[in-house]
Amino acid sequence: MDNATVIERLQAEFGDKIGPVSSMLSGEATINVPREQIVAVAQFLRDDSALAYNFLENLCGVDYLGRQPRFEVVYHLLSHANRHRVCLKVGITEKDIHVPTLTGLWQTANYQEREAYDMFGIIFDGHPALERILMPDDWSGFPQRKDVPLGYEEVAFSNTEAQISARKPFAEE
Amino acid sequence: MTFIDHSLSVPSPHSITDPALAGKTNTMVLNMGPHHPSTHGVLRLVVELDGETVVNVAPDVGFLHTGIEKNMEFKTYQQAVVMTDRTDYLAPLSNNLSYVLAVEKLMGVDIPERPTVARVLLVELQRISSHLVWLSSHALDLAAMSVFLYGFREREQILDIFEMVSGARMMTSYFRVGGLAYDLPSDFLPTVKALLDIMPSRIDEYESLLTNNIIWQERTMGVGAIDSAAAIQYGLTGPGLRATGVAWDLRKDMPYCGYETYDFNVPIAKNGDIYDRYLVRMAEMRESVSIARQAWQRLKDMGPGVFQTSNRKVAPPPKSEITHSMESLIHHFKLWTEGFKPPRGDALAAIESPRGELATYIVSDGGPKPYRVHMRAPSFINLQSLPHMAKGQLMADLVALIASLDPVLGEVDR
Repeated sequence: MDNATVIERLQAEFGDKIGPVSSMLSGEATINVPREQIVAVAQFLRDDSALAYNFLENLCGVDYLGRQPRFEVVYHLLSHANRHRVCLKVGITEKDIHVPTLTGLWQTANYQEREAYDMFGIIFDGHPALERILMPDDWSGFPQRKDVPLGYEEVAFSNTEAQISARKPFAEE
Repeated sequence: MTFIDHSLSVPSPHSITDPALAGKTNTMVLNMGPHHPSTHGVLRLVVELDGETVVNVAPDVGFLHTGIEKNMEFKTYQQAVVMTDRTDYLAPLSNNLSYVLAVEKLMGVDIPERPTVARVLLVELQRISSHLVWLSSHALDLAAMSVFLYGFREREQILDIFEMVSGARMMTSYFRVGGLAYDLPSDFLPTVKALLDIMPSRIDEYESLLTNNIIWQERTMGVGAIDSAAAIQYGLTGPGLRATGVAWDLRKDMPYCGYETYDFNVPIAKNGDIYDRYLVRMAEMRESVSIARQAWQRLKDMGPGVFQTSNRKVAPPPKSEITHSMESLIHHFKLWTEGFKPPRGDALAAIESPRGELATYIVSDGGPKPYRVHMRAPSFINLQSLPHMAKGQLMADLVALIASLDPVLGEVDR
């Protein structure tokens, strides 16, 4: 299996419904996919017997602040049979920050999508439980966005009685 | 008897606590952790029990979240190496390797053979030391105290080697972009030889304590089994996946660092239960000893030599060169004040860490600091398969199950 074959098969199947093709510096083919097509493309790559990308290796969000579209969800699929990796990218704007979930195809997308939601606020439509996973439930904001500074935020926990009671009135009772 | 749902799903803590708070009373909800010795860190499990049987369990993670990925965006590529040590703190050299390989792919630099062989030797020792912690704590969780003492004896010897090469027992940061941080010390090879000579008999010793031990077998055989299709669905990698019969090892299947030139086997098992995961890891330790032996021989045959690339855009020139060459001085100055700048683009490097596939994804915007670093942390993703394995098992088996997955919470939460 090589990059050209994958791209050829995808273009034969989806034609101009999938976007420009590029390459990662580490050599994997990258296919930009509109979000409407991501589930269909991933399913085709998984279920086609020759391609057989049976493993969702990696899923993460990237924030390109100042670029349109601002956010990108990056998927890396791995084929155990062909020993080959392919990269899919879905661009989404800040105003309409939704992308369909891949949990219907791979359960492993569950935590990875929750992490992308937690860190970037990307909403995965159809996810069974899109909750914060690494940050506390009552956290506001999405820490890995580029417009969130590093540090200088209020500490979440304190040993000072006055600070505790100011933040948690019920703690005094 | 409560109905146990065995379909594929990854429950969230709220999916168990909410019905209980709303008045569901036919099952009991038990909070295990985050401060519980058998959770191997700050892992909280919300367990739904019917008597002693686990109906459902949801891991709750994030108590150790320190924003390592975000922090790396504020350091130069070379400085960010130290952050990787602190993810999987039982295998810092593996994390170093995954990260530096990704940056080297961004930069397109080739690493000379000597540092590459040294990397292979050290990550294999790292695999043994990580598996020793797994074995020791796993046995301790099942009340086999003495294995812990034996395992930590050899681990200490391996950590002494890491201290010898890097100055630190655990937070090594020894692999740098372009090669190694400094050259291997002169007594490195004899010390490693001493370890490799005793290691096979020591592994026999651990096995003599556990493999045919009837208590060990009864606690682990047939407990927490998963099949290969479900394992792939949940993204399980490493020994957990190989115990289900899938012979997938990145060192063999998508080699890096010249692993294709070493002679080794990929141990697999077929039942996917705790005992099989134990067998696979024990066999892996023996394979690691064999790989380390081959790497040791190559290093010995090579003799002294370079420890980093001669590409001055990435690795600093030696001190002797700086005093003679203006260009070297400029390279040195640029590397220490600004760092190097990879071209725009992204790269992914995946390695077989002791816990599974550790992939580092880096986006470069052409500047001296990474624009985005994401780690596909095997502990984090393997944890998703825990509910599937635990359903229908006894509460006491849950302790054995956590240990058999070998999660490192520093890597889960990053």
